[in-house]
Amino acid sequence: MRMSKYILVGILFGITLYKAEAVSWYRIFEMFHFQSFHMYGIIFSAIAVGVLVVQLIKRTHMKSMEGKEIVIQDKDKRWQRYIIGGFVFGLGWALAGICPGPMFILLGSGYTVLIVFLLSAMTGTFVYGLLRSKLPH
Amino acid sequence: MVPDWLFQLKDFISQPWPWWIAGPMIALIMFILLSFGKEFGISANFRVMCAADGAGDMADFFKYDWKSQGWNLLVALGAMFGGYLASHYFASPDGAVAHVSATTVESLKQLGFNFQEGQVPLVPEFYSWEALFSWRGLLVIVGGGFLVGFGSRYAGGCTSGHAISGMSALQLGSMYAVIGFFLGGLFMTYVLFPLIFN
Repeated sequence: MRMSKYILVGILFGITLYKAEAVSWYRIFEMFHFQSFHMYGIIFSAIAVGVLVVQLIKRTHMKSMEGKEIVIQDKDKRWQRYIIGGFVFGLGWALAGICPGPMFILLGSGYTVLIVFLLSAMTGTFVYGLLRSKLPH
Repeated sequence: MVPDWLFQLKDFISQPWPWWIAGPMIALIMFILLSFGKEFGISANFRVMCAADGAGDMADFFKYDWKSQGWNLLVALGAMFGGYLASHYFASPDGAVAHVSATTVESLKQLGFNFQEGQVPLVPEFYSWEALFSWRGLLVIVGGGFLVGFGSRYAGGCTSGHAISGMSALQLGSMYAVIGFFLGGLFMTYVLFPLIFN
């Protein structure tokens, strides 16, 4: 159970995004053309419920299963890395029509060619790691 | 004998899920991970995979306690199982994976994309092993993958880490990241798509 619970959470995540069609290149295309509320509905309702969840955790000082208080780390205060990095990510998201979660989900559904996408994404992360000190953050 | 209700449940799950089920479900997934003491974020796995392959010898960014992040690889592995189950056992009654709007079908036609009534999740011309031998397929898979991997780490997270986890925790940085995601996505859609797909 110690490890398998993470696999179960992943399965729930995979079924959810697949059945909600969020794994589809066409749905991402539709979203960036503002032609349907569907994807926005998913993101907004996830955030709305998520805000309640986080507030509940913080106000009740909820403890994790390991018995430690749940802490949510604050993100960096500067904006450059988020806007620039986010822009680069957005270019890839719209072009490929998939982000990291859907990539794993579709790989499992039988798109073996996504191994190449995974290797490219690892290369991208690796190149970021190499250039990190030279990039504005 | 398999009880009837199990078949009814299967049929129920097999329908396309509306946004108001999927969104709260994603928040629930984030909550479950938080209750395990973990933060939801899929793209962190790329860093773990680089570090596990010895990238720490070449960049300090990969010298960290990546072994403590093994749980996240299990979430990704589970997501793969989930994708397998959803596509093989919970297929929609009409077999479609994407029920996009009529306006979208029209836009797709204008740009010359093959839609096939939404029977597949990804554009067939770009997502196959053969597609790697066409410049567009190569651009989408290799170029798209590189941008997603580079950008998500530069921004410190992807859709799950920033748009869901970060925004739920009301983090200003995550809001900037999501603005960045959309600026990049809209630039690709409106400026670069007409150049690439014509």
